[in-house]
Amino acid sequence: MHACLTSLETVEAHSVLPLGWRADLKALDLVPAVLELLRRTTSRLPQDVIDAMEAQRAAEIPGSRAANTLGTMLENITLADARIAPLCQDTGTVILWVRHPFGISQRQLKAQIRAAVAEATRRSWLRPNCVGALSGQNPGTNLDPYGEGHPVVHLEEWSSDHIEIAIMLKGGGCENVGAQYRLPDADLGAGRNLAGVRACVLDAVMKAQGQGCAPGILGVAIGGDRVVSYERSKELLLRKLTEANPRVDLDAFERQLVSEINSLGIGPMGYGGRTTVLGVFVDELWRHPASFYVSISYMCWSSRRMTLTVDVDGHASFA
Amino acid sequence: MKRLVTPVPETEIRALRVGDEVLLSGRVVLSRDMGHAFMVAQKPEWLRPILEGAFIYHCGPVVKQNDEGGWSFVSCGPTTSIREESYQAEVLETYGVRGVIGKGGMGPKTSAGLQKTGACYFHATGGAGALLAERVKRVVDVKMLAEFGSPEAFWIVDVEDFPLVVTMDSVGGSLHAQVLEESRARLASLLGHG
Repeated sequence: MHACLTSLETVEAHSVLPLGWRADLKALDLVPAVLELLRRTTSRLPQDVIDAMEAQRAAEIPGSRAANTLGTMLENITLADARIAPLCQDTGTVILWVRHPFGISQRQLKAQIRAAVAEATRRSWLRPNCVGALSGQNPGTNLDPYGEGHPVVHLEEWSSDHIEIAIMLKGGGCENVGAQYRLPDADLGAGRNLAGVRACVLDAVMKAQGQGCAPGILGVAIGGDRVVSYERSKELLLRKLTEANPRVDLDAFERQLVSEINSLGIGPMGYGGRTTVLGVFVDELWRHPASFYVSISYMCWSSRRMTLTVDVDGHASFA
Repeated sequence: MKRLVTPVPETEIRALRVGDEVLLSGRVVLSRDMGHAFMVAQKPEWLRPILEGAFIYHCGPVVKQNDEGGWSFVSCGPTTSIREESYQAEVLETYGVRGVIGKGGMGPKTSAGLQKTGACYFHATGGAGALLAERVKRVVDVKMLAEFGSPEAFWIVDVEDFPLVVTMDSVGGSLHAQVLEESRARLASLLGHG
């Protein structure tokens, strides 16, 4: 069985955007485009993730729990896409990275993203996942009941003339197994070097077991302050599995980590097997001389990410 | 692949061992954090006939209500079970439940409860929400929807061929403990602590 997604034409046919829709960048109405971005992201996994899972299923012993479990996951991917149903009932924390040209209102961008998220929730594309931290009360809209913290929106002006909105839906189970280390770490025998980072990553994956819905994808940020470090580790998860790290040393390090992690025997869902991660993405940042953080964000196999581009003519495309 | 149909007799449950792959059909009741806290604090009698012979499933589904007011499941994969560790054994004893479905496994307290009451912990594939929703054939009823909200309510459903793996059995076995031990040993050798 080869997991096959519906054609792009089929996806377009269900689009909430009318044929030939263009955003009016002066009036700035991006609500329909962001709604379409959400619709696609909840039900359609990126092809590079699917390809990696198929390759790993072939690498497992035929008929083993690991192979069967990867088969169930692939069947789920095909089904969610065909039915336009959420891949996972946990449609996650909704995180967006917006880059826009000079002159576009960030207040307006944020308001429109919030409107699209509320509408997607109303349509059952997103589960109402945003509750008061202490009260547990659920407004049912996915909008932060206290401020504007959720959906999480990172806004940045850039020098290009188009708008880019990257989205990630990050499930709670995998978020819970993320970890931050401060080196040196005597218990791990980890110093302030690449060998120390390796020890942190291996330790975090061992502790996570199958809990983050393995096979996972890891974002590893070295340096930063605590916030910048975690933030970068998460943003790294937007990278494609087929994309190499531009830094030769880190690329080799990533490959070594993938192979060592997959020798731990944790396997899909932690049932045992050869497939514990599909990929590891590493980046080096600045740091304060007194600090050395290693931050690890764990993304489940249902790695829902997508980028909406709105060009200068208002034409929207999804990749 | 073994087939189980609820209500599953105790002897059949006691014969299962970790690593067994099963297809479950029959009655399943969804419950997570609020439901478990509620069951332990109040031990409501009205839940007894609902849970009798059913399996508990740790899951907060995405649901859809049709125009006639009926419900269907859109996506319903398992949620992390360990959050119910402090409640699960007591729930097993109070209601005589034979199976708990979730993900990530549970701790020693639940394991002791499984052994005592004759029950197993079944692992569902995390993230396979669309596939599992396809196997939910009927939403029978929902309780505490207004009080708990949709992800936390007691959804009562009939399933067909739910694909599960026994990861904790009634003789104290735990696939989670096995894999943890083996991976920990492998890590120690990779780090040169072995």
